Amino acid sequence: MSLATLLVLGDGRLPSGGHAHSGGLEAQVAAGRVHDVTSVGEFLLGRLVTSGLVAAVFAACSCAQPAAFRELDAGMDARTPSPALRKASRAQGRALLRAGRAMWPVATIGRDPHHPVALGALANAAGLGPLEAAVAAAHGTVTGPASAAVRLLGLDPYEVHALIARLAPECDRIAADAASRIGDPVDDLPAAGAPLLDIGAELHATWEVRLFAS
Amino acid sequence: MKASAHIVAESDGRGGTRPSVLRGESPLLLRRTGRRGGGDLTVHLVGGAAGPLRGDDLRLDIEVGPGARLTVRSVAAQLALPGRLELPASRLAVRATVAAGGTLLWAPEPLIAAAGCHHLAATEVTVERGGTLIWRDDIVCGRHAETSGTVKTEVLIRYAGRALYRHELAIGPSAPGWSGPAVLGGGRAAGTVVLAGPSLPRAALLGGDAVLMPLAGPGMLASAVGPDIRAVAAALDPLCVLPGRTVEKLAA
Repeated sequence: MSLATLLVLGDGRLPSGGHAHSGGLEAQVAAGRVHDVTSVGEFLLGRLVTSGLVAAVFAACSCAQPAAFRELDAGMDARTPSPALRKASRAQGRALLRAGRAMWPVATIGRDPHHPVALGALANAAGLGPLEAAVAAAHGTVTGPASAAVRLLGLDPYEVHALIARLAPECDRIAADAASRIGDPVDDLPAAGAPLLDIGAELHATWEVRLFAS
Repeated sequence: MKASAHIVAESDGRGGTRPSVLRGESPLLLRRTGRRGGGDLTVHLVGGAAGPLRGDDLRLDIEVGPGARLTVRSVAAQLALPGRLELPASRLAVRATVAAGGTLLWAPEPLIAAAGCHHLAATEVTVERGGTLIWRDDIVCGRHAETSGTVKTEVLIRYAGRALYRHELAIGPSAPGWSGPAVLGGGRAAGTVVLAGPSLPRAALLGGDAVLMPLAGPGMLASAVGPDIRAVAAALDPLCVLPGRTVEKLAA
């Protein structure tokens, strides 16, 4: 495993369209639930242990077995009740796949897979293992909304990055948990949900003017 | 306490539904309610003891046969309570199957997570193609002005052989971030209705933090979060109505 390759996969500057998405943060800012560094931190933790865990598990499984992409993709569908979030996940999966294909020989996994399924396939093509795929997925569920928070709320970027650093051990724990689930039947894999992320995504999708796609 | 209950609903061949099995034991007692003879079958769960408490292992099996129409409700909220700490978490496993042409409405009163409880609610529903399902689950985070206990719900709903909806929700002191702005946002109640089958409503905003959205498969999810259970009920109750019989079935 190449540590530098993992950094390439986890780099926020990877041109895969992630900057256009707030990970549900914009909707909760509008609802008044997220307004300062503390509430951003609570949002990030809640997202990490729910969507982040699911993303980490599916990235790990996809990395271990990219050929199982159809089953994994259907598993993500069953865990993503919001059509706006399914659309956002597939748009980001497609964009990531495009970036990935320019770097590594990525397996065939369909045109617009869910983002974690694409991430796992990229990790596999890059010679990384399931644990690394899971770490990149978990970390990404935190960094996306964190940078959106700086833009939406004009927060101190140093303080927001300190939140990301504080969540790093939790990202590691979740990734280890995720990697241990490889081989489990898809229906048994974790499905930790966050009702306000689903509800917020649907409300957000009806807005006429918004800064982020999701 | 270990207990199980079993409901089998079957068509009586004359447009009505009868219980070919209706068996429960405390604290999962079953009572047939509503009009008898010729109509749909309605069964109420009646709590025969306090709880669930730590150590309780409860199981409910529901089978709805072809052409049968079953409604399951409960007479009161289910109150998950603490128990002796050395015992495992209390557990309620509900399994249901709905055959093609069968209809099941599951709409019990909410599960209340009393302070200090540790409860697991596991639901597995399998619906054949052509079956109809309306599956409601509400949760309340603690009694009035009380901190929430720990509850984890796990749901898997399959339709026509494929996972339609797979969801878990963890609340309480062992679930980091649960009351934060990504999960319940300080809301004290949350509820869901999964609707599956041939005839589905359109997507809609249900007011406040409540939305009815199309799943990837042949179903819809209504999800609501509110400051209390009344807000959730206001959004979700209107969806928990059995669809009418088709004219063809009435004539038969």
